[in-house]
Amino acid sequence: MATQHSRSAARIMMAPAVVLLLGWMLIPLTMTLYFSFKKYLPLRGGDLGWVGFDNYVRFVSSSAFWPSVQTTLIIVGGVLLITVILGVLLAILLDQPLWGQGIVRILVIAPFFVMPTVSALVWKNMFMDPVNGLFAHLWKFFGAQPVEWLSDAPLFSIIMIVSWQWLPFATLILLTAIQSLDSEQLEASEMDGAPPLSRFGYIILPHLSRAITIVVLIQTIFLLAVFAEIFVTTQGSFGTRTLTYLIFQRVLESQNVGLGSAGGVYAIILANIVAIFLMRIVGKNLDS
Amino acid sequence: MGQITLKQITKNFGDVQVIPPLDLRIDDGEFVVFVGPSGCGKSTLLRLIAGLEDVTSGAITIDDRDATEVPPAKRGLAMVFQSYALYPHMSVRKNIAFPLRMAGLDKAAQNAKVDAAAKVLNLTDYLDRRPGQLSGGQRQRVAIGRAIVREPDAFLFDEPLSNLDAALRVNMRLEISELHQTLKTTMIYVTHDQVEAMTMADKIVVLQAGVIEQVGSPLELYHTPRNKFVAGFIGSPKMNFLAGEYAAGYGAATIGVRPEHISVSSSEGAWPGKVGVSEHLGSDTFLYVDIDGVDEPITVRSSGEISARHGDNIYLTPDVSKIHRFDNQDLRIA
Repeated sequence: MATQHSRSAARIMMAPAVVLLLGWMLIPLTMTLYFSFKKYLPLRGGDLGWVGFDNYVRFVSSSAFWPSVQTTLIIVGGVLLITVILGVLLAILLDQPLWGQGIVRILVIAPFFVMPTVSALVWKNMFMDPVNGLFAHLWKFFGAQPVEWLSDAPLFSIIMIVSWQWLPFATLILLTAIQSLDSEQLEASEMDGAPPLSRFGYIILPHLSRAITIVVLIQTIFLLAVFAEIFVTTQGSFGTRTLTYLIFQRVLESQNVGLGSAGGVYAIILANIVAIFLMRIVGKNLDS
Repeated sequence: MGQITLKQITKNFGDVQVIPPLDLRIDDGEFVVFVGPSGCGKSTLLRLIAGLEDVTSGAITIDDRDATEVPPAKRGLAMVFQSYALYPHMSVRKNIAFPLRMAGLDKAAQNAKVDAAAKVLNLTDYLDRRPGQLSGGQRQRVAIGRAIVREPDAFLFDEPLSNLDAALRVNMRLEISELHQTLKTTMIYVTHDQVEAMTMADKIVVLQAGVIEQVGSPLELYHTPRNKFVAGFIGSPKMNFLAGEYAAGYGAATIGVRPEHISVSSSEGAWPGKVGVSEHLGSDTFLYVDIDGVDEPITVRSSGEISARHGDNIYLTPDVSKIHRFDNQDLRIA
């Protein structure tokens, strides 16, 4: 990008992508903002005019709001915890030379390619079904009463399903990070008298901190918007209504576009708060 | 104490035997250099001594104790790696203190030892920095510091200077030699650079394909190489080899003459030739001379003032008393 000419050529060539991206983000965002200040009930009178901040007040003062925020955070936190811890362990395991490594790696990564709706249905019907599910059979084999997963432990069930989907992603990123660890560092620490656990704590884990940061950041962004897994399993009942699901219910089940849009704006704010928060805590790792 | 003995050591990687049965004795306080072309097994040998690789058969004794099955940390050896292998997320102080921390020393004792090592290595001002903020030479010193604080029976160096630039390499070479004089600890040093080997070693071990070709002091290897390989490997620029009728006159299959043992003349001499490239270093001039019946140009070291130009006719005369003779097995004829 040295000359004036190449710079302007670069700008022209980038323009379509930039315009498309801006349109992609700006149009939905503006529409959400626009509707959030209107009383808009498609099946009950349509556009009923501007209402100021009415929708915002109603959305927050609804008894469903704070529980849904809490549910969202529990799901995000739970999935992050499980995927990062298991991801690190799996990455270490997959880094060891073992027979059939290629196939094992593909198998580990496979869940990531399954669509959320499909994987949630598979879990719901094939694993967690209290009559015919694999878990029910397992429980019965040991003479225990099958657990009704989705009604008895609904949040845990959803966290499990979502974790299963995201574990491959975490494992993949952490595995590449582990593979980039200089083996001489491990050998040096071995000669320095560090037992395996110390080698993990002092060498491997610090080396992974950057990759863990990336996993946490990317997953948080996607996990805040988890929807299909809830839609096909509990439909938001039994305390599994996340903020995303609440917005969906407001817009489509209650047919209140204005109220839902206001919720959407809250969701944007929440996501940004979480993002800033995360950047502050762990983003430091990315600089060093 | 740091006396290390290798008895009939072998090492296989899969079906490939990289080190055939090998015996070696390293005395306490010696500076031993393993030297050889890349892939000759010198690093593997060092890693066997360190315990980072298991021997396939044979025994390693350190100070008369059998160390063959002893884990690396318990052998009392410290190693400096080619990549330095510093811990990037720890400060220099923590890096140097790491082996002490692992040994369970209390904080005060750790700090005292780290400060002492830092003083020896001129690192006192850098103790709070991260390795990433240091230059190559400083990193190298941190790696050495981490080895020193353990007060090992022997130091192992795995090509420690190969990542440094030429000027720094000369400096570090001196510093390591100096360190050996002060500590008087056994040091085993692996390098592919024969200059490093010649300048630092008490004893050089020349390896080729896992086999020890010769063990001896630098000057022993220089003056009486056991075979053609050692003769060609030790000395810089390398020895010239002449076969055929040139060698027949001396009753050998091949003769070797070092560049510094050939005199040049523009009018008369034993071997007439044509000057090829000449390298003027100021103090010396290296001439590459093509002579009849020899494929490789003959390297000649002459004074810096010589004014030979490309294509000039020239006469070479070897110093007959310094000619090395080799039989058809490439072994030296005494």
